Amino acid sequence: MKKYLAKRLLLSFLTLWVLITITFFMMHLLPGDPFIGEKPISDVAKEALYAKYGLDQPLPVQYIRYIGNVLQGDLGESMVYKGKAVTSMIAQAFPFSLDLGIRALVFALTGGVFLGIVAALNNGKKLDTTVMILAALGISVPSFILGAVLQYLLGICLSGWTQGMWGFRMFPISGWNTEMDKIIPSFVLGFGTLATISRLTRTSFLDVIGLDYVKTAKAKGLPKRKIVVRHMLRNAISPVLTILGPLTAALLTGAFVVENIFNIPGLGKFFVSSIQSNDYMMIAGTTLFYGTFIVLANFLVDILYVVVDPNVKLAGGKE
Amino acid sequence: MEETKELFEIVGPEDAADINSNQSESITFLQDVVRRFKKNKAGVVCLIILGLLIVGSIVCPYITGRNISDQDLANTNLGMFQNGYIFGTDNLGRDMFSRVWYGTRISLTIALAAVLIGLCIGAVYGGISGYFGGKVDSIMMRIVDIIIAIPYLLVVILLMIILRPGVGTLILAYAAVGWTEMARLVRGEIMKLKESEYVLASRVLGASPWHIIFYSLLPNTLSVIIVELTLTIPSAIFTESFLSYIGIGVQIPLASLGTLASEGIASFQMYPHRLIIPAAFLCITMLTFNLLGDALRDVLDPKLRK
Repeated sequence: MKKYLAKRLLLSFLTLWVLITITFFMMHLLPGDPFIGEKPISDVAKEALYAKYGLDQPLPVQYIRYIGNVLQGDLGESMVYKGKAVTSMIAQAFPFSLDLGIRALVFALTGGVFLGIVAALNNGKKLDTTVMILAALGISVPSFILGAVLQYLLGICLSGWTQGMWGFRMFPISGWNTEMDKIIPSFVLGFGTLATISRLTRTSFLDVIGLDYVKTAKAKGLPKRKIVVRHMLRNAISPVLTILGPLTAALLTGAFVVENIFNIPGLGKFFVSSIQSNDYMMIAGTTLFYGTFIVLANFLVDILYVVVDPNVKLAGGKE
Repeated sequence: MEETKELFEIVGPEDAADINSNQSESITFLQDVVRRFKKNKAGVVCLIILGLLIVGSIVCPYITGRNISDQDLANTNLGMFQNGYIFGTDNLGRDMFSRVWYGTRISLTIALAAVLIGLCIGAVYGGISGYFGGKVDSIMMRIVDIIIAIPYLLVVILLMIILRPGVGTLILAYAAVGWTEMARLVRGEIMKLKESEYVLASRVLGASPWHIIFYSLLPNTLSVIIVELTLTIPSAIFTESFLSYIGIGVQIPLASLGTLASEGIASFQMYPHRLIIPAAFLCITMLTFNLLGDALRDVLDPKLRK
């Protein structure tokens, strides 16, 4: 276990190092000069600016400095919002994204596992087909389309109708204040993930459904609900756990779109607007932050995986 | 009793022939696959729809005779089937019918090219890693682990920012990160296959590792590769449409389904068909590839045979 953990930890650090290196070289490969603005500046001023930001140093020195800064949590200043540190902007925006992400993940996990079980228990029947069609739709409809359509149908048409009938708006179309605001965005963000999880749960449930221990449980007269929850779910859940890491990544990147459509002041919205306004410091900083978050999530999932499923052979032992 | 000839009858040739005819003919793997694929209704339907989409995207942009950038300023913002415009026109008076089919072509081209390049890299990488095993394998697979751990969308975005956005860049950026899953899969298959007798035989005959990897092993991983390929295409299409949606994908004057859908979102409340048509094309394309992948997996995977 210790060896496994050490190996995973080393790999996580390597990943982060690669990510830092990529962002560093991205900043240097970008065309143009950061100090050329609308007004031309004198050579002396330019040199002073270069010296201030350390751009007159050779590349390896800059690289080591950059890594040092990142390790100290200094991701630089936004180039569009002058004087604001990237880290403070992330700290300000991320709670919204985290809130949205957790809601979507909980919705996707509970809904996906439930639908997957229902489909597997009704294998080949109409219910199974319905769930599978739903799941196929879920992985085939991009979130920006689902978001726009739901925003129109529920946020504008349905809410306009309820306002006309009873004088209250059912779903607001944008913002992130009341609980009602959060329903549609969380649904849109979680829907694709829900589809993936339900497909996976169904498959792994079908794998265990015919196994002997399930027959034993049935034979000793356990109620069906108990067999499903206590016996089958515990064995069928581990494939779902393995993809939790990639799913978190998918939710984070999915939030780029959902936060834009529903005007949620989260990190995804900031990230997209910094891409559109070429705010390279912000892009690099946010990328690093996202990367660290995902690496951390993957690491935790790996540990969780070993803890939950004692059958897992540790890859660190022998291969 | 005297044994005469009449007491005996020939039970031979005709019946023997019958017995032989009861045995099924031996068929090749491909014939078997085709036969089983034909029984899979969903798969056949998907294949037909996909064929229609591909043929349509080649032919249809030319049917109306209007280029995707041609503006008809007298006929802007038309609805469907007005003034001879089948899908109407957009706010600049451009023919939506040509644009949607052309967009399908661009989206399909990007997805197919990106996935095929990814396949080449992934298959070779996975093949080498799986065949040689040991240290080579661990190092190569740790590299893959690192690349997979970074969300691919972030890397694609970074690449798109450094390089100039465009069709070629999109293909390159997706291929640069999309090969890892394929490499893992192929490596797993090769690990299983490399202990087989036929590989031993060709090693005994003095075949080089390259010959064994490319001629003996990789062709036998084709079924896994095909399924993975079909299931990766929707992800590539999604990435393209997403990047186009946030403005760093396909650039004007070209149009992809992603750019069309994001244009449609802007005017959705006034002209819903402008979003619904490209969105429907996008979803149908992704859905057919997904379902086709599922069908192919059922057909090709020997473990699922009953």
